Amino acid sequence: MKHVDEYRDSGLSAAVAGRIRKLSTRPASFMEFCGGHTATIARYGLESLLPAQISLLSGPGCPVCVTPVGMIDRMIALARLPGMIVASYGDMLRVPGSASSLLVERGRGSADVRVVYSSYDALEAARSNPGRQVVFFGIGFETTAPATAAVVLKARELGVDNFSVVSAHKTTPGIIRALLDSDEVKLDGLICPGHVSVITGTAPYRYAAEQRRVPCVICGFEPLDVLQSVLMLVEQVESHRAGVEIQYRRGVREQGNEKARRLMDEVFEPADSVWRGIGTVPGTGLSLRPELSRWDALARYRLDLPEPQEPAGCICGKILRGAASPEECRLFGSRCTPATPVGACMVSGEGACQVRYRWRRHPA
Amino acid sequence: MCLGIPGRVEKVEDNRAKVSFGEVSVAVSLDLLAEPVSAGDYVIVHAGFALERLDEEEAQRTLEMLREISELETR
Ligand code: SF4
Repeated sequence: MKHVDEYRDSGLSAAVAGRIRKLSTRPASFMEFCGGHTATIARYGLESLLPAQISLLSGPGCPVCVTPVGMIDRMIALARLPGMIVASYGDMLRVPGSASSLLVERGRGSADVRVVYSSYDALEAARSNPGRQVVFFGIGFETTAPATAAVVLKARELGVDNFSVVSAHKTTPGIIRALLDSDEVKLDGLICPGHVSVITGTAPYRYAAEQRRVPCVICGFEPLDVLQSVLMLVEQVESHRAGVEIQYRRGVREQGNEKARRLMDEVFEPADSVWRGIGTVPGTGLSLRPELSRWDALARYRLDLPEPQEPAGCICGKILRGAASPEECRLFGSRCTPATPVGACMVSGEGACQVRYRWRRHPA
Repeated sequence: MCLGIPGRVEKVEDNRAKVSFGEVSVAVSLDLLAEPVSAGDYVIVHAGFALERLDEEEAQRTLEMLREISELETR
């Protein structure tokens, strides 16, 4: 496939890895913010190509993983309302809430939960079920937030009243800042999320590079993209530079996609947001602007819910902060597997636990 | 979740396009693109929306750079 296969060439990969080994003279830890990168690194065994002194840490960039238990509980409670249809991207169905998941509710027949590929499919469901209410569960970073913004504007344009969205969207600049400021992990470089950056451009990483002197490289999702990004980080580290560079030039413009950001601005305003395992981080969420409250399910349905219960023994939160690895969890691979996930990091194909399970462990 | 996939635009109709990924093709919204695309262009598709057009020249430049590294390393 074009724009894919070229970046999987093993000969070129070996050469780039060779260059990294030659240039690297000191230990360095780089965090890959995005779960998509975690998956590429594991799937292609990229760590084995790197010198031992370079370590790669997974970060909080897995939208399914960072959505807190309380939000899942809220979606389940909404889904149980009579006549309600909840529409969501597939992975969210399996994320465990305090006592259930959207998938379990659907299996029991206590909720009508539908998987959609696009936010527009959710709006279609509302238009073809005029007698019922449809709530779209919007999750994800700047990659999916514009899609939720677009569907809200479309619902307004078409005057669709039986449709609303729950915005559990999160934004990257604030969380990167919070991670660096917590000083829990020491980072020598950031492998920045390519598709978030398609929308945001380089702006979210300036704080890291300019204030914290942490080199940043915006990276594509094929193995050669990741290796070249590591090389670019090593070059910065070795020459004592800290800047924001773009490896994923075919997709990311310096200023990002301004049109998509305008749509987001029209629909959302910044809000505080709860991250699983991290807590509330100011300004890292997006809530619908008050003038659009007709399409804001959180404003339309005010539900009182019991305190959320985190799954006992799950250390997903620590893993999302880069402060632990999946193997340190006692449940990893025993009680917690992709088929029976205890925590969110085992649910998603980009969650650190599932990635580790699938590519490192080979159960009989 | 944040995995966009590069696909080839086959046909554009208003604000939607048919985009193919090897064997499969899907209908994709072009609402987030600032500039028009046409058949033959490649776009990054995520959750039913084209996020951006892939820049062919930049892609060539990146591959050129990788080949240069490879030549230096294997010499
Ligand atoms: S292995 Fe399962 S229980 Fe353990 S941290 Fe990962 S998701 Fe949580």
